[in-house]
Amino acid sequence: MNATGNQGAGAASVEALYARLALRRRVVLLSGLAAIAISLVLDVATGPALLPIGAVAKSVFGLAQDRTIDAIVWAIRLPIAFVALAVGAALGLSGGIMQTILNNPLASSYTLGVSAGAGFGAALVIVLGVAIPLPEAWAIPTMAFLFAALACGGVYAIGSLRGSSPEMLVLGGIALLFLFQALLALLQFVASPEALQQIVFWLFGSLQKASWSKLWIIVAVLAVALPLLLLDAWRLTALKLGDERARGLGVDVSRLRIRSFAIISALTGVAVAFVGTIGFVGLVAPHIARMLVGEDQRGLLPASALFGALLLSLSSIASKTVLPGAIVPIGIVTSLIGVPFFVWLVIRSRRAFW
Amino acid sequence: MKVRIESLSVRYGATTALAGLDLTAEPAEVLAVIGPNGSGKSSLIKAVAGLVPQQGRIVFEAEGGAERRIGYMPQDISSRAALTVLEAVLLGRLGRLGLRVKPEDLAMAQGVLDELDLGSLAGRYLGELSGGQRQLVFLAQALASEPNLLLLDEPISALDIRHQLEVMQIVRRLTHGRRLTTIVILHDLNIAARFADRIAVMGRGRLVCHGAPKAVIEPAMVAEVFGVEAAMSSGPDGALIVTPLRAV
Repeated sequence: MNATGNQGAGAASVEALYARLALRRRVVLLSGLAAIAISLVLDVATGPALLPIGAVAKSVFGLAQDRTIDAIVWAIRLPIAFVALAVGAALGLSGGIMQTILNNPLASSYTLGVSAGAGFGAALVIVLGVAIPLPEAWAIPTMAFLFAALACGGVYAIGSLRGSSPEMLVLGGIALLFLFQALLALLQFVASPEALQQIVFWLFGSLQKASWSKLWIIVAVLAVALPLLLLDAWRLTALKLGDERARGLGVDVSRLRIRSFAIISALTGVAVAFVGTIGFVGLVAPHIARMLVGEDQRGLLPASALFGALLLSLSSIASKTVLPGAIVPIGIVTSLIGVPFFVWLVIRSRRAFW
Repeated sequence: MKVRIESLSVRYGATTALAGLDLTAEPAEVLAVIGPNGSGKSSLIKAVAGLVPQQGRIVFEAEGGAERRIGYMPQDISSRAALTVLEAVLLGRLGRLGLRVKPEDLAMAQGVLDELDLGSLAGRYLGELSGGQRQLVFLAQALASEPNLLLLDEPISALDIRHQLEVMQIVRRLTHGRRLTTIVILHDLNIAARFADRIAVMGRGRLVCHGAPKAVIEPAMVAEVFGVEAAMSSGPDGALIVTPLRAV
């Protein structure tokens, strides 16, 4: 046969092509890591006291001589900078899976009510007090986490009423988004002025309460989630060809969705629990990843995590530098920077990916 | 792989798509399924692929105890996934793919891409292809699984006449050469008559008749099942030519 409309192009060797795709994945992932390392150092260097970048880099890599710099870097700024990376990775990864299993470029924890659920859980603790035997600093994240899981379960439950098609699941997510927003508004309406202020601040998203112990929890969730997802990498990729085709290829689609939703709820829950609702990272990071490595989930998922981490780290730097002397809540920064960036990305991308 | 279908029924809610169908497909045989829209052809293939809830029995008897490997090609050829043709074809081998793709998987992909003359498209994204090219890619995907049972739901509906003939020639050659069992849904009676070893005619969820092309495709059947008055003639190579004349 030679009438596919591409005569003369010559048959490329599949092996060479595959090697090229694999190399591209590797280059993208390594460049992402390098960019993250630079961003990390810059993030640590910026703050109320601008530290010399050379000294910060030395301190981060354990070569510092100055004790004051060491103290600022290790006790205050590194946990924040690392939490920014970890939360960004969790949001990027969860957005990546969500866009894959729902086959929808608009899907993310933020757009489909999971973050809103977590926000409602947090507000519940702030307004009604602690219903669980934990100090408030941990009760808020715990409830946020539980409600993220509840929202995920809710999305799946509503979606599965009619065959768990991606469209139904997206509709379920949108319904829950509005439900939780309404419930949140109700809580804000009845809250005392102090509680109201606390809720609003929590909803902005903030990295300032970061600590090493919170970091390890987020890292642990990531360390479990990513390998589990990679085991399903080819099945998830098959899902991008549509449910029917994936089933025809032998994928148990509904079980794959349930597994993925469980992982999404853990990732979003833990991210939102510690830093509040941060929009856009989960939506944009997978798009950047997809443009660079394509839909093969073996590359897409790690790249989504990496670009999520990078985006949030860059936002963290911006949050400390846009207004002199003030730290703008990170959730505001991600959207302010993210929206124009996203529009630019979509417009300049020549290929239609969705 | 011999496929014995016994009193197979498929229902979607209150709608009955298949009502007690009996049919057998043999190895090294191209079995074409024809029938008007909504007659249950796709449901039949989906039931054999195990993709729809069903009643009745489907028995697979593999030759020499080989495992059942189904290459299923659905009718829908839309896809805008950011996947290259190569990645889409590799997905045909989903059950055998590890995180690291093995050389034999790549060799198999190369084989089917060459067979369908898609080699030069291997690095292109699915969304950049024409509908016909995508249809060929999905056929390649079905073949990449090294199936012994090939289920094709209108595999040539988007192809130009040259590719229609070429694809059917390939399907026929593979079916006979590798002793595949092939069930293929076709709309074009001339293509079915020319390339099928046997034809099953469906109407309203039931099997109307089946047998050799020349025995099955005759004016009375076409009038009854399709509601079309048709003239039959013989081509220069002796193949049956169906000329639809008018709807009745």
